[in-house]
Amino acid sequence: MELIVSLEKKLPAFTLKADFTLKDEVFALLGASGCGKSMTLKCIAGIERPDKGHIVLDGKVLFDSEQQINLPPQKRQIGYLFQHYALFPNMTIAENIRFVMPPNTAHNDKTIQKLLNTFQLTDLADTYPAALSGGQQQRAALARILATPAKILLLDEPFSALDSYLKGQMETELMDILPAYGRTAILVSHDRGEVYRLADKAAVINQGKMETPQNTKDLFHNPQTLAATLLTGCKNISRAQRIDDRHIYALDWDLPLKTVAEPSSQIKYTAIRAHFLTAQEKTAGENVFPMEVVRVIEDTFSYIVMVRPQGKAVKPLRWELDKQQWQQLKKTTLYLYLPPEQIMMMNS
Amino acid sequence: MLDWNPLIITLETAVTATTITFFIGIFLAYGVMRMHKGQGLMDAIITLPLILPPTVVGFFLLLLFGKRSFIGQALLQWDIHLVFTWPAAVIAAIVVSLPLMYRTTRGAFEQLDPNIIYAARTLGVSEWRIFWHILLPNTRQGILAGLVLSFARTIGEFGATIMFAGNIPGHTQTMSTAIYAAVQANDYALAEKWAAGIILFSLLFILSLNHWLNRQTRKAF
Repeated sequence: MELIVSLEKKLPAFTLKADFTLKDEVFALLGASGCGKSMTLKCIAGIERPDKGHIVLDGKVLFDSEQQINLPPQKRQIGYLFQHYALFPNMTIAENIRFVMPPNTAHNDKTIQKLLNTFQLTDLADTYPAALSGGQQQRAALARILATPAKILLLDEPFSALDSYLKGQMETELMDILPAYGRTAILVSHDRGEVYRLADKAAVINQGKMETPQNTKDLFHNPQTLAATLLTGCKNISRAQRIDDRHIYALDWDLPLKTVAEPSSQIKYTAIRAHFLTAQEKTAGENVFPMEVVRVIEDTFSYIVMVRPQGKAVKPLRWELDKQQWQQLKKTTLYLYLPPEQIMMMNS
Repeated sequence: MLDWNPLIITLETAVTATTITFFIGIFLAYGVMRMHKGQGLMDAIITLPLILPPTVVGFFLLLLFGKRSFIGQALLQWDIHLVFTWPAAVIAAIVVSLPLMYRTTRGAFEQLDPNIIYAARTLGVSEWRIFWHILLPNTRQGILAGLVLSFARTIGEFGATIMFAGNIPGHTQTMSTAIYAAVQANDYALAEKWAAGIILFSLLFILSLNHWLNRQTRKAF
């Protein structure tokens, strides 16, 4: 399945602009809440109308502002999984599924049984949605979508309403059903972990502006913009300036840093993920700096140690390390190495 | 021997008017909710009779359907005389009770999570089936509340009725206009009987209604 999206819509706070194409893959839109990612899905499904652009699914034009085409949601064959599942409250789970199928009793009964079985809902067939847990409601909503001839799945923050222990389980189940759609799906999320695990391709969306889609792994390992760096969960970000073809200067930390790639003259920011810092015995070579510990925070499985270049009143860096490792070190001053291959550079 | 006509006319008028109000109210609530432009104006026009003194509503109806108006003239062509007839009492009751039905129903429609309707659309369910099988069943409580309010309003209706339908015993005289006529004629004994009757009726109505609504609530989901 192939989906081509190019749309523009004016919203009260900003203008939403999204351009992307996906073909037999899971595409993720990563953004903070209220950035326009759900609105993008609503435009694709036909719930909202874009001001400009076109949406084409497998050669079928769903929307085109120039040709004045705007198919109603009923004719788009798009499976939309809502954040709170949107099951029909007045119908049992079996009725919810039957209601969206064309009338054909004998055949439908078989399909419904099969779907209920696949999603472990057989015992809950005659239960009303209100009596179901979040995970069960999500399964029912997925079963209901599978009963329709939908060609693509739109997942709107699919796990945000679930308890954390259920999240992992539902994520795995979703991975199992995605092949039924030729793996064509759009995932909208603010959770970078979800995006990293589920999506093949991803784009960051910030204040309605969608950045260029990238392979998910590339986006996380080498974000190109400040928004992407923040949304992929990088905690250490500093303004930066170019020194020479292998060195930059991190203004917020007052540190000169060696890099692997040549920094652009337009470099604006540099960043390093908190778990890439490593402790050294003493100053040895470039990118090793004496640091003083500002604060130690104990997390579930790690320690977060806030450090600052010694004797400098600058923004602290965040360093995350194993509990055991920190127990052995536990120093107030240490030498930290910032590996040049982990130094990220952003020009915007 | 008490003349039972005002009670019978009151009930006939209330039942007929509420039935019509029920359908028009739901239709208008659905229509206005789906309007893209002019929603506010349409809403104001339908709600207006709720705010205006009922005598003013009755006066407007009198002008609108009277012999001097275009509509009144047209009706005369068909030999239809509305003013001071029982149908006029029904029309007056509809106009004053419609805002209550419309408002309550629209409120109920808007309380329903819009994603439920959106989901049905993306799943290919037609607007017609959404209306009958999703929207109405899931807003039943609110619609019933609107029905009850409308019925109660028509039972107590006085101002618009007396202006537009008059107070003709045996034809348009309802319980409330009968009390008014009795007091005017200094027949306090009769007025007291009707007042006692209307209090008893209203009390029974509310009690049985609460009983019924409680059962409905328990049945729902």
